[in-house]
Amino acid sequence: MSVIKSIEDLEKIREQAKDMINLRVDNETKTRVVVGMGTCGIAAGARAVMLAILDELKKRNVNDVIVTETGCIGLCQYEPLVDVIQPDHPKVTYVNMTPEKAREVVVKHIINKQVVDEYVVPNI
Amino acid sequence: MKELSLHILDVVQNSLGAKASLVEIDIVEDVKNDLLTIKIKDNGTGMDEEMSKKVIDPFFTTRTTRKVGMGIPLFAQAAKSCGGDLKVYSEKGKGTEVIATFVLNHIDRAPIGSMADTMVSLVAVHPDVDFIYRHCVEDKAFILDTREVKKILHDVPINNPMVLDWIKRFIEDNLKEINGGA
Repeated sequence: MSVIKSIEDLEKIREQAKDMINLRVDNETKTRVVVGMGTCGIAAGARAVMLAILDELKKRNVNDVIVTETGCIGLCQYEPLVDVIQPDHPKVTYVNMTPEKAREVVVKHIINKQVVDEYVVPNI
Repeated sequence: MKELSLHILDVVQNSLGAKASLVEIDIVEDVKNDLLTIKIKDNGTGMDEEMSKKVIDPFFTTRTTRKVGMGIPLFAQAAKSCGGDLKVYSEKGKGTEVIATFVLNHIDRAPIGSMADTMVSLVAVHPDVDFIYRHCVEDKAFILDTREVKKILHDVPINNPMVLDWIKRFIEDNLKEINGGA
């Protein structure tokens, strides 16, 4: 079995990336974004939502946000769920996320600190 | 699930929940025998025999928040409805292996979907876990081994956005190649 495309060109990426300080190292002073990645979340489209969040953060050069995941929390009908947890603020849970809505949350909430009320979990 | 790669993402979540430090994902498309095999093997905490029999039952879960676990049952159902099967082999303290088989050309078989997306979303959130992804189509194969990637990267974290982009391209280009160019 032969490896078709080698990983040698990764060296170039390393050269470009090595000057970027690793701001994704986790600590309590950072904003955390938590995507629900249980079976229900994945089936509802959480993978695309997570990739959209990562992509939007990259596009806007936001390096100090921790993107992480959690399992099923019992709100399966509202999946994909995304929590935004900013230091000194209550946790905000967004429901029925799509890649587009998630990008909006990145810009409005994570970057501009404005909660996007229309996507927040309804009172249950 | 619309894609088998989503089932894979889901089953790997179980491995991560079982504190695995190495997860191996093997996909073999055997056109001659019309057989698709997906194997997910981890070195997590493993299960005893009794428990590994129970995981195919949707009303079994280790979760304490609710009483159903659909991950393995859904994957098993997908395999069985495509003339295949799903087996779970596990040993306490050693790890777990899930093997799903499908009739490759079965009309109900979901597409494999984007393995690049599945791998990128795993590596992005679990930079400390190692993943080996092998994909075989007939006699052509490729491997992504994050241990090799990390060796080249040295101090650059594997979840650096530029590295994640590279992983996505690496998988997509190689899959195109082993599927006969195009």
